[in-house]
Amino acid sequence: MEPSREHPHVPGPSLWPVGLAVGVVALLVGLIVNWWISVAGAAIAIAFGFLWVRDIARERGLTKAGEVAPERRNGRGPSRRPAVAPPRTYGRSAFLELSTLGLGGVIGGLVSLPALGFMLLPAFLKQKNPAHDLGPLTDFPQGEFVVTTFVSNPPEGQVSRRTAFVRNNGLLGTEPSFTIISNHCAHLGCPVQPTTVVPKKSAQYKDVTLIPLPTPPSGYSCPCHGGAYDVEGNRIAGPPVRALDRYSFSIRNGHLYVGAPFSVSHVVGSGATARIYKYTLAFPGEHIDGIESWLYPIQPPH
Amino acid sequence: MATRMSPQDRIMYPVDWLEERSGLIGAVRYFLFRRVPSDTNWFQTLGSATLTAFLVQATTGVILAMYYKPDPQEAYPSIVNITNDVFAGWLVRGMHRWGASVFIILMFLHMGRVFLFGAYKYPRELNWIIGVLLLALGLAEGFTGYLLPWDQTSYWATTVGININGSAPFLGPFIAQFLQGGTYINADTLSRFYAIHMLLIPGAIFALIGLHLYLVIRLGVTSPPWSKHPAGSGPTEPPPPAPPRTGLTRPAPRGGTIRG
Repeated sequence: MEPSREHPHVPGPSLWPVGLAVGVVALLVGLIVNWWISVAGAAIAIAFGFLWVRDIARERGLTKAGEVAPERRNGRGPSRRPAVAPPRTYGRSAFLELSTLGLGGVIGGLVSLPALGFMLLPAFLKQKNPAHDLGPLTDFPQGEFVVTTFVSNPPEGQVSRRTAFVRNNGLLGTEPSFTIISNHCAHLGCPVQPTTVVPKKSAQYKDVTLIPLPTPPSGYSCPCHGGAYDVEGNRIAGPPVRALDRYSFSIRNGHLYVGAPFSVSHVVGSGATARIYKYTLAFPGEHIDGIESWLYPIQPPH
Repeated sequence: MATRMSPQDRIMYPVDWLEERSGLIGAVRYFLFRRVPSDTNWFQTLGSATLTAFLVQATTGVILAMYYKPDPQEAYPSIVNITNDVFAGWLVRGMHRWGASVFIILMFLHMGRVFLFGAYKYPRELNWIIGVLLLALGLAEGFTGYLLPWDQTSYWATTVGININGSAPFLGPFIAQFLQGGTYINADTLSRFYAIHMLLIPGAIFALIGLHLYLVIRLGVTSPPWSKHPAGSGPTEPPPPAPPRTGLTRPAPRGGTIRG
C-alpha cells in the first residue's frame, strides 16, 4: 500500500515536550537568578526529556512495552484479527485550540496562585505568641486572683488586648506555680466574668492593667449565653463544650511572663497540684476530647 | 445628497445612531417590553423591589466608603464623623443601615412568593438555586458589614459569628481563622471584612443578579397558581404589526433602508 498523505505518520500528542521546555527555561533563568533553580530546571528537563524519548521509542516499536499478546480461543490461535483503527490525529485548529486553552490556564494559574496565597496564607503563618511581661511576682499575692489585661501584640495596639485571671499558687516543690485562665468563653468566645465583686481600683505596669480581687471568685460566668465555670475553669453549666483555655507562663528575673495559650478539656484538683488535661489551642465551640473531637481532626496552625 | 429628516427622526437621531451601532436599544426594548401573563399581580414586584434595595445599598455603600476608614484606630471615629458632621451623613448611613434589613426582608418575601406560586418548578429550578446563592451572599454582606462600625456590639457579635463558623466540623476552624486573618480578631480583621463586604461579595451579587435576570427574561414570568390560563399556553392574539418608523419606538428591520 502506498503511503498516504491522508494519514501521515506523526508522533502522538504528548505533554512531555512542554515539561522539557519548562525545565530548559528554568535552567536558563537559574543561571541569572539562583543556581539551585538551574539544578531543578536541569532535573525537570532530564526527566521530561527521558519520558518524551521513551514515548517516541515505544511508538516506533523500539521497545516491547505495551505489547499485547494476541487473543487465543480453544488453543487454535487468534480467531479474528481486530480491526485496526486509524491513528488518531489532531488538526492544526484543534492543536491551536488546545494549546491556547492550556497556555491560558498556565498563565491564569501563574497570575492567580500567588494572589490566592497572599489572600489565604498570612492568616495561618507566623501566628506567634511571644511571652509578655506581666510585672514583678510581688504584684501577685499568693492565693489571690488578679484580673490581668495586657496588650499581647504591641504594634497592633488595643485590639490585641487580652484578659486573664492570674492566681499565684505558691511553690510546687521549689518551682513557683501559677494558674492563668483565659477569659474567652469556650462556647463562642465572649468574655467571661469572675463571679465576685470586681473593684474599680486597678494598678498599672507598663501596658498591663492589674485588678486584684479582694475575695476569690466562686467561678466564672459568661454574659452572652449563660455558660458557667468553676474557679479552675471547669464547665459546670450552660453551652460551653470544655473548660476555659489557659496560658502557659514563665518566670524571668522575678517577673511573671505569660506565654502561649492552650486549650483544656477539664481540670482535676485545684491550685498547684491540679491535674490539667491540656490540648492544642482550639477555637471556642470545638470539642477537644471524646467522640465529638473527631469532627475537628486538623487544627490550623495557631 | 442626503434627504431632509423629519423632526421626529431628527430628535431620535442619537438613539438611532446608538441602536445602529450597538443594538442596545433593541436589547432594552426586549428587556422592558416583553410579554408577561395578564394575571400577574403586585406580589410579582417583590423581585424588582429587592433589586432596588440592593442598588440602594450599593449606591449608599459607595458614598459611605468615601468617608469611612477601615482601621482599628480610625473606624469608630470615622463612623461618628459620618453620622454627626458630614452633610447628610446621618441620612446616607441610615439608609445603608436600615436598607440592609429591608434588602434581607425583601429577599425572604420574594423567595416566599416564588415558593408559594410554585415558580421554582421546571424550567426555573436553576433560577431558584441562583436565588438561594444570592440569599446566602446577602446574609454574608450583613455579617461582614456588622463589624465595620467597630463598636462593642460589632466586635462581640463578630467574635461570636466567627466562632460559630469555627465550630463547624472539619473546615470550620480554617474558615474562622481565614475570616479573622489570624488566631484572634486583630488589626487585619477589620480591613479584611471591609474588602469582603464592599468588593468581593457585591461583585458576586452583581454577577448572579445578571444571571438571575437573564433567566427571568429567557423563561418568562409565571402566572399565579389561580391563573385560568393553562401553564405553557402561548399568547392567543397575533403579534402586533410593526410600527411605522425605525428607532426606539420601532425595531429596525435587518438590512433596512439607510436614511440621511
